[in-house]
Amino acid sequence: MQYKSPARTAFVIFNTIFLTLTAILCVLPFFQLLAVSFSSSSAVEGGRVIFWPVKFTLASYEFAIMGGKFTAAIFISFKRVLLGTGLSLLLIILTAYPLSRPKDRFAFRNIYMVYFVTTMIISGGLIPTYILVTKLGLLNSLWALVLPYSLPVFSMIIMMNFIRGLPDEIEEAAIIDGAGVFQILGQIMLPLLTPAIATVGLFSIVGHWNDWFSGLIYMQSTKLYPLQTYLQTLIMNFDLMLRMAQGDFTKLLALMNARTGRASQLFLGALPVLIVYPFIQKYFTTGLVLGSVKG
Amino acid sequence: MAALLLKTIYKGDVSVNSFKTNLRRQWQYHVLLIPAAVLIFIFSYIPLYGLIIAFQRFNPGTGFHSPWVGLANFERLFNQPNFVRTIWNTVFLSVMKIIGGIVVPDVFSLLLNEVRRTSAKRTFQTVVYIPNFLSWVIMAGVMIDILSADGIVNLTLLKIGINPISFLGNNNIFPWTMIISDIWKSFGFGTVIYLATLTSIDPGLYEAAIVDGAKRWKQTVHITMPMLMPMIVLMTILSMGNILNAGFDQIYNLYSPIVYQSGDIIDTYVYRLGILQAQYSVGTAVGLFKSGISAILILMSYYFADRFAGYRVF
Repeated sequence: MQYKSPARTAFVIFNTIFLTLTAILCVLPFFQLLAVSFSSSSAVEGGRVIFWPVKFTLASYEFAIMGGKFTAAIFISFKRVLLGTGLSLLLIILTAYPLSRPKDRFAFRNIYMVYFVTTMIISGGLIPTYILVTKLGLLNSLWALVLPYSLPVFSMIIMMNFIRGLPDEIEEAAIIDGAGVFQILGQIMLPLLTPAIATVGLFSIVGHWNDWFSGLIYMQSTKLYPLQTYLQTLIMNFDLMLRMAQGDFTKLLALMNARTGRASQLFLGALPVLIVYPFIQKYFTTGLVLGSVKG
Repeated sequence: MAALLLKTIYKGDVSVNSFKTNLRRQWQYHVLLIPAAVLIFIFSYIPLYGLIIAFQRFNPGTGFHSPWVGLANFERLFNQPNFVRTIWNTVFLSVMKIIGGIVVPDVFSLLLNEVRRTSAKRTFQTVVYIPNFLSWVIMAGVMIDILSADGIVNLTLLKIGINPISFLGNNNIFPWTMIISDIWKSFGFGTVIYLATLTSIDPGLYEAAIVDGAKRWKQTVHITMPMLMPMIVLMTILSMGNILNAGFDQIYNLYSPIVYQSGDIIDTYVYRLGILQAQYSVGTAVGLFKSGISAILILMSYYFADRFAGYRVF
């Protein structure tokens, strides 16, 4: 046991308090949001809600699920995440494998590399891309949300470096056994890539789930909005949402207002990420070292 | 985004070759690459070509082949006082965010590193990393709620005798609200990176220092800081490429015409001009201006990262 000076003890106590306060401060706003979402409008308007619901009610949640387009939007988001991540993973794996081969085995490797990396350095930007998507007739189609960034070059490089880190002998043995390129990739490499697939797959899932901007510019009807785009319009304009709601909600509306309505839907929108976050966090952290070349 | 580059550290070529170049094998490599190459051509290279409409008067019918007007769009742009203001706002916000995004996670990870219990360390990391995974839409929704006139922050301020502050509607305060909230959302990521660097420091160095009679503070100054420095340098260099990205998602969801003066950035300007007002050509001119400068900055940052920190991106 190391000797601890009084100064050290004081530091440790101060440090623990400081870190705890910072951590609490980071998540406190979300607790406030949660408390507001479960409170009735009268309590919220009176400024009585702090970190605990006052006059508990589920009205705003009921409204979110029954009323507006929340459930439809969440469904569109799920479809988009599945389609987008599936496509990205496929392209990442197909591309990363040949590019991970050294130049003397694949003569065109560096040409392709420059071709892909250039798009990381310079891009046409918002408007030419928007015009292109429009001209291709992709407006209002789910493809407009997944095709333009279907190959995330960053993730591809992570995957490429991961494959490079695998022992060379694996491929050499397979070649000697007469395996072709597709066989090596599909049957030998693919099972070994699981950790890298988990990491870049999660990047893609979170990216697609959180993206709201493509939905805003490429979807011309609020009915087609993915969740985050829908939430974005909701924050800007809750009244519009009320007008869009179909059915009779007089009873619910008496217990809620724009603030509680927004709070509950924002919380529901964050919920999927919050639920899976503790389980996937590991992969994000391992992802930090995944891309580096070992040895 | 720049921080992601860390994951892609790659030094030199792996030059093991016990096999003759095999053309059949290479053909199959091409087949694997074609789908991605085609999609990249369509969605990255065609828009790049589309930048030429910055020199044209865009006509929706003719698309990328509209009448040429030379530099007229750029002239119009630089004659607008709003545009110059936009550039200043962009650079100011992103430089402040870069500084905050380096100092805060550094200090936090140094303090966190002093915590001995691994479980406690991990809990802190997990908690401060959460906002990173939520979209700016959600974060903005939360901020609008807590920062509004009758939100919890102003109610608390009122209780301790401070007049309500208009965090999102005052040109003197708005940029700082953006900077601090950006740090709030992203410092968990930096903390994870720096902490990973700190845990990889050879414990032998500390043991030697203890033998030499160095106390904690001396150890921090003479071992921890120098070991952390390359990572700090690298992160700083890599953020350079992002100087013209001041955070569209954040600003767009939090600003309003009242704070255009202090909060309007190049990206929000392009969006309003190009998409909302359908001035495609002028909007693209702004985009081209930004793309060009960004490309130079990115290339410079890659060069410096290689030169001074020994990191290659690919």
